[in-house]
Amino acid sequence: MTKSLTHLERLEAEAIHIMREVVAEAERPVMLYSVGKDSAVMLHLARKAFYPSPPPFPLLHVDTTWKFKAMYDLRDKMAKESGMELLVYQNPEAQERGINPFDHGALHTDMWKTEGLKQALDKYGFDAAFGGARRDEEKSRAKERIFSFRTASHGWDPKNQRPELWNLYNAKKNKGESIRVFPISNWTELDIWQYIHLNDVPIVPLYFAEERPTYMWEGQLFMADDVERLEKLMGNKPEITNRSIRFRTLGCFPLTGAVESTAKTLPEVIQETLLTTTSERQGRAIDKDAGGAGMEVKKQQGYF
Amino acid sequence: MSEPIYQTEALIAEDIDAYLAQHEHKTMLRFITCGSVDDGKSTLIGRLLYDSKMIFEDQLAALETDSKKVGTQGQEIDFALLVDGLAAEREQGITIDVAYRFFNTEKRKFIVADCPGHEQYTRNMVTGASTADLAVILIDARKGVLVQTRRHSYLCHLIGIRNLVLAVNKMDLVDYDPKVFDDIVADYAAFAKSIGIESFTAMPISGFKGDNITSPSANTPWYTGSTLVEHLETVEVLSSVDAGKPFRMPVQWVNRPNLDFRGFSGLIATGSLKPGDEIRVVPSGKTSKVTRVVTLGGDLDEAVAGQSVTLCLADEIDCSRGDVIAIADNPPQASDQFESTLVWLNDDAMHVGRAYWLKLGTQTVSATVQQPKYVVNVNTMEHLAAKTLDLNAIGVVEIATDRPIVFEAYADNRTLGGFILVDKITNATVAAGMLHFSLRRAQNVHWQPTDITRAEHARLKNQTPRVLWFTGLSGAGKSTIANEVEKRLNLMNRHTFLLDGDNVRHGLNKDLGFTEADRIENIRRVGEVAKLMADAGLIVLTAFISPFRAERDMVRQMIPAGEFVEIYVDTPLAVAEQRDVKGLYKKARAGELKNFTGIDSPYEPPEVPEICVNTAEMSAEEAADYIIQQLLPLK
Repeated sequence: MTKSLTHLERLEAEAIHIMREVVAEAERPVMLYSVGKDSAVMLHLARKAFYPSPPPFPLLHVDTTWKFKAMYDLRDKMAKESGMELLVYQNPEAQERGINPFDHGALHTDMWKTEGLKQALDKYGFDAAFGGARRDEEKSRAKERIFSFRTASHGWDPKNQRPELWNLYNAKKNKGESIRVFPISNWTELDIWQYIHLNDVPIVPLYFAEERPTYMWEGQLFMADDVERLEKLMGNKPEITNRSIRFRTLGCFPLTGAVESTAKTLPEVIQETLLTTTSERQGRAIDKDAGGAGMEVKKQQGYF
Repeated sequence: MSEPIYQTEALIAEDIDAYLAQHEHKTMLRFITCGSVDDGKSTLIGRLLYDSKMIFEDQLAALETDSKKVGTQGQEIDFALLVDGLAAEREQGITIDVAYRFFNTEKRKFIVADCPGHEQYTRNMVTGASTADLAVILIDARKGVLVQTRRHSYLCHLIGIRNLVLAVNKMDLVDYDPKVFDDIVADYAAFAKSIGIESFTAMPISGFKGDNITSPSANTPWYTGSTLVEHLETVEVLSSVDAGKPFRMPVQWVNRPNLDFRGFSGLIATGSLKPGDEIRVVPSGKTSKVTRVVTLGGDLDEAVAGQSVTLCLADEIDCSRGDVIAIADNPPQASDQFESTLVWLNDDAMHVGRAYWLKLGTQTVSATVQQPKYVVNVNTMEHLAAKTLDLNAIGVVEIATDRPIVFEAYADNRTLGGFILVDKITNATVAAGMLHFSLRRAQNVHWQPTDITRAEHARLKNQTPRVLWFTGLSGAGKSTIANEVEKRLNLMNRHTFLLDGDNVRHGLNKDLGFTEADRIENIRRVGEVAKLMADAGLIVLTAFISPFRAERDMVRQMIPAGEFVEIYVDTPLAVAEQRDVKGLYKKARAGELKNFTGIDSPYEPPEVPEICVNTAEMSAEEAADYIIQQLLPLK
């Protein structure tokens, strides 16, 4: 008797199939790489999809300059190991205007990430960009297609999406238009963790608990990753205490809340995740803008 | 609140490794829920998520606030709010697109496609159903089997979903009366039989109260069947059915990192494979043996349906994207004419005779559609005559592709029988199709090889064949200029032939009128004739309004690259109308002539014609001289 595939085997096969379709049909694909755990799984899947060839597209990191040091380290290591070209893009305008998470709030995300992504895609002429978004993350994501079309100005029109039937993806597009492709749409957070566990996928150590320097800001716990820079911007040195913390999600260090934890191994992290009662994106401020519809508005403007 | 919850929280807390081992071996079931607007779909899904702890505390807090603000359940939690996603929908209070949700039980992971109940959204339901193993058809116990129930069941059956659950919902509102349940089931059974549904599983539930969702309800002691979740946990999934069929893998990509490695990557559609198995590449028919099944984690001893793999073969045989690798002694066939069911998904109705892209598996070809044999009224299942397919219409249509594709009947193989049609200009996915069978015609008509090739015809005439395609409004001067160009070519000792719109309509196309479908067919035939003449080595000039970009492109595709020259005779409508050589504009303006290009039928100008002449600025002679200059040298 032939064996039944497990849910992770099916999800993996689906993601690989999607990546190969894009490579076969797009002219210039790229993989967006944010160094988070979802990105780690995406990179691993890409390596599997094209093995023994290296994945036939570059990695693009749309950098805000405010990521954790440990993220930059892993990024460079993984690019080297996978044999892929790494492109790092920092929005020059945001750079020049000194846009930062403290003084500029929502503008920080808009300039560095939304605008930065659009600029990078235009600069290199990518017509298909892989992203690690999942449908379980947020309500408006639940309705997004796996192949999500963007106009030449990167807009998303939720009313005008192409129907997606079976595993047939229509990758035809007009000049200037591009596709965002989400191969792990059907994965849940637990699936991601379990896949990392089963496949020994390298992830940033910040996901595991350790004694780290921390400070409190607006009622949330943060890690003092670059104290000098923090002090310069906040105007005063925050009160730093060592605590055993880890992160459920990784972004810009001044925007990413930490949780107190003792989970030092992957099973412990998964255990904690499963028993936790706050949802994943809550550590990030981004979804809360513009009432309940934060992410939907951002996507119409071109955010991933 | 219902008991028990699905995730063994105690196990997570006490022995995470054991829990992970359990989760690792779960299988996955994809299902859809369908029902009318108020049947309680969103509430049921919200309930499944809630009971499986897929709602976190902060979401729950938001849910409680929202329930009080916009909920429809008074002070109680409105589970539907968890599920209704986009802002616009929340305001309208309806779901308008397919949304995918996830939850786990101890045995399985589930992906639910939430499908809307509105008539105009047939396309969303078909989309959601296309990946589903099972469908939950919801019925409001107070209302019984409705028109929508029939429609949804028909669509599920059409898409080939074999596991149907009839969930008679809101039993709490009919006092859990078994008679209500039995009557609805009997009513539905009669309907199901009439459309060919072989079996279904009926259960009395309440999504709102939680009856028979995760545990047997004390309110329905007369019901002894399984609960909804038990049923979902045990039905057979599609991929295990597919694993028992003959081996087929459409090739997605050829993996060639260096000269020593050549692998064929794809997702196995059906069957299983071991190294050493004899395979056949279709359509070429070449055979070889599988030497390795390669993955990053090491070579596999066996690969089954649903896995994405890379195969290495013993022989260097031709095989590329679009080919299908199949078990050698039982391969699928190839054909270029089919009967198929089409579900039309686009606002722009089907254009009979127009060429669309057809994508099936990893094959993309050009395909034309004929007038429907019939369309199905999805409310009554009646077969009706129709000239075309409009948005959400379902019909049976004959399709011809420009080259043979590897296929199987949809009923046998979803991957090799299901396809989409894509508009060549807008790139929209306009239809979903399910192949029934190949038409005998295609199987029995073969190409007869001839010894004198088109190159030899051309060499004898000492010229490169061309198709000079003049397009433009009526009265633009196409025929006059084409005539001048032919005279000049004749003086240069070129072998030419001029196909003129009016002349062709006296003979070859005298059966055609001026409807959109007839105009498309007119151009198709002229294209075929021009192609034959070009094959014979001639320089062909055609003078047809040919108003639609898609048809001009269709002809361009028929002719070898570089030989098709699109010449746009650009004349403003006002100028053409003023000339009105044949008095046609006057008639059209008076309403005596229907479908007249420029008046009540559109003209789509070429985007990048090879040659463009403006007759408001040039005489016919000047235009002809200019065209000749552009064509030189004519070797």
